[in-house]
Amino acid sequence: MKNGMLSAGRARISERTLRTDKWWLQPFVTFAVLISFVIYSTFRAFENANYYTTPLLSPFYSPCLAVSCVPGSSDLGQPIGSWFMLSPAFLILFIPLGFRMTCYYYRRSYYRSFWLSPPACGVGEPHSKYTGETRAPLILQNAHRYFFYLGLLLNFVLTYDVILAFRNENYEWGHLSVGTLVLFVNASLLWLYSLSCHSCRHALGGRLKHFSKNPVRYKLWTWTSKLNAKHPMYAWISLLWVAFTDFYVRSVSTGFFTNFYIF
Amino acid sequence: MGYRAKFRVWRGNANTGALTSYEVDVNEGEVVLDVIHRIQATEAPDLAVRWNCKAGKCGSCSAEVNGIPKLMCMTRMNTFNPEDVVTVSPMRAFPVIRDLVTDVSYNYKKAQEVPVFEGPKDLAPGEYRMQQEDVARSQEFRKCIECFLCQNTCHVIRDHEENKKVFSGPRFLMRIAELDMHPLDTTDRKHMAQDDHGLGYCNITKCCTEVCPEHIKITDNALIPMKERVVDVKYDPVRWLGSTIKRRTS
Amino acid sequence: MERHSYDVVIIGAGGAGMRAAIEAREAGLSVALVSKSMFGKAHTVMAEGGIAAAMANMNSNDGWQVHFRDTMRGSKFHNNWRMAQLHAQESPMRVWELETYGALFDRTKEGKISQRNFGGHEYPRLAHVGDRTGLELIRTLQQRIVGLQQKDKKEFGEYEAKLRVFQECTITELMKDDSGVIAGAFGYWRETGDPIVFDAAAVVLATGGLGKSFKVTSNSWEGTGDGVGLALRAGGTLIDMEFVQFHPTGMVWPLSVKGILVTESVRGEGGVLTNSEGRRFMFDYIPDVFRDKYADTEAEADGWYTDPDNNRRPPELLPRDEVARAINSEVKAGRGSPHGGVFLDVSKRLDAETIKRRLPAMYHQFKELADVDITKEPMEVGPTCHYVMGGIEVEPETTATVGVPGLFAAGEVAAGMHGANRLGGNSLSDLLVFGKRAGAGAAAYINSLSTRPKLSDAAVKIAEQKTFAPLANGGNENPYTIHQELQQVMNDLVGIIRIGTELQDALTKLAELKVRMGKVGVAGGKEYNPGWHLVLDLENMHLVSTSIAKSAITREESRGGHTRDDFQEMDPKWRNKNVACFMADGDVQVKLKDLPMLPADLAALFEQSELKKYLSEEEYAQLPKEVA
Ligand SMILES: Cc1cc2nc3c(=O)[nH]c(=O)nc-3n(C[C@H](O)[C@H](O)[C@H](O)COP(=O)(O)OP(=O)(O)OC[C@H]3O[C@@H](n4cnc5c(N)ncnc54)[C@H](O)[C@@H]3O)c2cc1C
Ligand code: SF4
Ligand code: SF4
Ligand code: FES
Ligand code: FES
Repeated sequence: MKNGMLSAGRARISERTLRTDKWWLQPFVTFAVLISFVIYSTFRAFENANYYTTPLLSPFYSPCLAVSCVPGSSDLGQPIGSWFMLSPAFLILFIPLGFRMTCYYYRRSYYRSFWLSPPACGVGEPHSKYTGETRAPLILQNAHRYFFYLGLLLNFVLTYDVILAFRNENYEWGHLSVGTLVLFVNASLLWLYSLSCHSCRHALGGRLKHFSKNPVRYKLWTWTSKLNAKHPMYAWISLLWVAFTDFYVRSVSTGFFTNFYIF
Repeated sequence: MGYRAKFRVWRGNANTGALTSYEVDVNEGEVVLDVIHRIQATEAPDLAVRWNCKAGKCGSCSAEVNGIPKLMCMTRMNTFNPEDVVTVSPMRAFPVIRDLVTDVSYNYKKAQEVPVFEGPKDLAPGEYRMQQEDVARSQEFRKCIECFLCQNTCHVIRDHEENKKVFSGPRFLMRIAELDMHPLDTTDRKHMAQDDHGLGYCNITKCCTEVCPEHIKITDNALIPMKERVVDVKYDPVRWLGSTIKRRTS
Repeated sequence: MERHSYDVVIIGAGGAGMRAAIEAREAGLSVALVSKSMFGKAHTVMAEGGIAAAMANMNSNDGWQVHFRDTMRGSKFHNNWRMAQLHAQESPMRVWELETYGALFDRTKEGKISQRNFGGHEYPRLAHVGDRTGLELIRTLQQRIVGLQQKDKKEFGEYEAKLRVFQECTITELMKDDSGVIAGAFGYWRETGDPIVFDAAAVVLATGGLGKSFKVTSNSWEGTGDGVGLALRAGGTLIDMEFVQFHPTGMVWPLSVKGILVTESVRGEGGVLTNSEGRRFMFDYIPDVFRDKYADTEAEADGWYTDPDNNRRPPELLPRDEVARAINSEVKAGRGSPHGGVFLDVSKRLDAETIKRRLPAMYHQFKELADVDITKEPMEVGPTCHYVMGGIEVEPETTATVGVPGLFAAGEVAAGMHGANRLGGNSLSDLLVFGKRAGAGAAAYINSLSTRPKLSDAAVKIAEQKTFAPLANGGNENPYTIHQELQQVMNDLVGIIRIGTELQDALTKLAELKVRMGKVGVAGGKEYNPGWHLVLDLENMHLVSTSIAKSAITREESRGGHTRDDFQEMDPKWRNKNVACFMADGDVQVKLKDLPMLPADLAALFEQSELKKYLSEEEYAQLPKEVA
């Protein structure tokens, strides 16, 4: 073992861990879920089809900014010309990707489950050197707040998508389908995820030295701190729901099932 | 209610050692430290163990029970099945002295290196005024009983001895956060946290929080907010520009 | 042999020792701070409720005179009035100083230090942080010491140039020079078992309490009364050793945690004591001297929490000795809880969130150690040995011990401040006030010396032999067994309620144990060997126990922490008598000493009728006319 646990002077215990519980379960499940998501979302980003079915737009493609976007899907116009040959998903996917990659909670999860640094508490890691987030590329994690701001913009767009989904296939207003609800839940979860973010907590009030001099920001901070305690939960649910939302849109679009209208 | 428990206790010193098996009586309501004391009083009078209050208040009896960093005096025996073998070993991030006792001087050295509280010069004793909401954050961190379990479990030093030079560990990064959030402290602690105490080494994997017997949210309330504060002064060009202009104009 | 030279060696790194070290260093001395546990783990860390200081943040009627009066009453007028006065006058400044070191107490709306109610204190007076005030005190002082070391590093290039902490280092003997003044101390490192010698011009004892001589105690491992033993052997005098405080509320179940403290704040915050019949029995136990200060109906008692100006306080907040005796009587009368205590309930008055915020440590303690949720169910509590009022006799101003030049004592190990009974919260403030005075006293003493005392090799040799002798002993007595038997003797025969015949029995048993102690064997080597450490501690615990038992036989009355079943009344004739212990012919001897009389200006703070209850007729007659 090249691990530091056997450095001079420390108790001579050769096991990497003496834990007897199922410590490997959590990193294993995390790994499995994240990998599945990556595979599915990569497939969908490349697929470049079945992402819009009136009035539902998949969150993977929203906003759809390229000329190649299917008709009706571009709420914000098509500023990107035909020179862009790839799937329009790639124009915006870097935002949620960067947001989640630099998220403090996801960092914890993938450092543990992918990089095994450490795999679980009190379990020796397989690396002989470790510098953490002190140098490139991991020092870039400090850009998280910028992704947070970009993510907020996306949230507005996705909320706009929910409003647009109060239409039927003929673009008539005043209708509500299961798809509307799916989009609505999706946007809500993403808002919860963003507003519970550590960078948000810091910006709203965390950076202050004196709460008492800023009562409004203190209120906001108290409120976001409550959400923050549930950030891991929002991180997981919103991730799964985004995938489900996309899957729903795709299924409706391919005719796998129909979007049922409540009214 | 009583039963005979199977224990494995690590016995040895800095050069050699091994897990030694004991069978001991256990009574209702007992904790691991009681059992260790019973082994001491009956079978192994020279079994070295550090403890003091036996009430979870002093942070002396830190060790690893079944590989998980714990206070022995707060680990109840009824959390195990009677047929389980309970393994007790010394903290593995620090040099061992004898049996369950480790040399935790690393922590005292790091404590010495954190510049202490510096109050406003113009306030005499008795003139300090602080609001409860302004002290609450630092008060959470001051619950720390310095058991050093978080330091022990942090992989940055547990798995990498060489990092002890550059990394002060969660306990003392939290101390810096405590002072940075102290409403009357006058020293800026942000650069110091990153440059002198190695905040960047922490990859927020939260093991410190998991083992803290005081249930302090070390990572969420101290380390991450401190990382955000460091970003403010070191990595955020917009804020950096803002504060530079402010300084120029004032 | 490892040998160091310092101006002053402070033995004990609890609140008193640390405060003394700060003072001594600030006075320019070089200081060794020695502690047998790790730095920052001393027993003080366990204190929960708060620090008493008349800062008058909650009620502007408070002031040092009121605090002084409460302290005198609590002690049954048996303490040293000068110590009580200094303590009441100086404790606010000592608490405010802590804030300048970085302490963060709970706050009032105006941003001042919040203060809470406690037994025997007329106004809310205890500065606190939740229920972990001792931790805040220790950490703050510890960090102040680090701050001084950082200053020294700037000046001398090294953190420990002038103030060094020797942790896990136990002092076993004090050493004097040929003229009988203190010249140093001898000890061993717990880790290695290696000896260590300190040359010092002054020594401050701050070794804390002695609860480990009793079976059921709230004290930590180190409460073995070492300072008392060290002072006795060095020629010092002990007073008031019969006054041992049994805290009314310790945990009683599970057995392995029996004795762990349930803070008095539980009652301060509204906790109610009931017996197995559901009766709030404390109303039946209000003694005459307190009758006009405490509520006699539940309605009035409940009203006090919201409107203290128009209601008298609930009897649950009587001084500790009264409550402890009451609980003891209820249990003896068969009205106890299933595990031999009584019920203490806060869940009925406060909602769960408030309990968790105001009493977080208690909530955890019961949840984790006893599976009891105190926000829903009552706790089971009973008396536990908590504090010793007695200890080393000292001069109030300087804390110099009587009879040993160069030796100072502060904190729980010193006596005089609390008399027959200590009020809650008065210990932490005592540590700060007299800790500081000890540091200053030692500095003044050293400055007055014309030559430094010299330590002779012979003295070191004797100390060394004594310390290491047990390791060579091949006896077959187990030190752990002897310790348990000693604790049992003290618990059964020298406990809350004492009887002359039982105390005699105790002395006989203690003598037997002494013989067996000569035959203990120690297995293993000198490295971190708890068996050997216990043998050394046992000698002190035995001296402590003997002193307590002998003093208790001598005092033929009941007062505060000393209750004699065969002398149930408080007797004014005994009020101004200290029972003093000293060593002669290799054993503890006892004599009586007079307490100094309360001066007229301080006596004037009390109602005549109250003084009449405590003072003997002659003393009362001697008071100047305008007072009496
Ligand atoms: C559970 C509990 C709660 C309490 N709550 C309160 C409260 O709310 N308010 C209040 O005012 N009081 C309270 N008290 C009482 C108060 O905490 C103690 O009286 C006080 O802390 C004693 O402090 P000290 O400095 O005298 O000694 P301690 O804190 O006991 O320290 C003694 C020091 O001496 C060292 N030492 C002992 N022997 C040797 C030796 N031979 N060689 C070297 N070092 C030695 C020890 O290692 C230790 O460092 C409480 C006590 C307990 C047990
Ligand atoms: S969160 Fe940071 S400090 Fe805490 S254990 Fe993980 S790496 Fe160490
Ligand atoms: S932060 Fe928690 S785990 Fe770390 S030393 Fe303090 S009490 Fe122990
Ligand atoms: S999104 Fe997870 S911390 Fe910012
Ligand atoms: S002995 Fe004090 S925390 Fe366990």
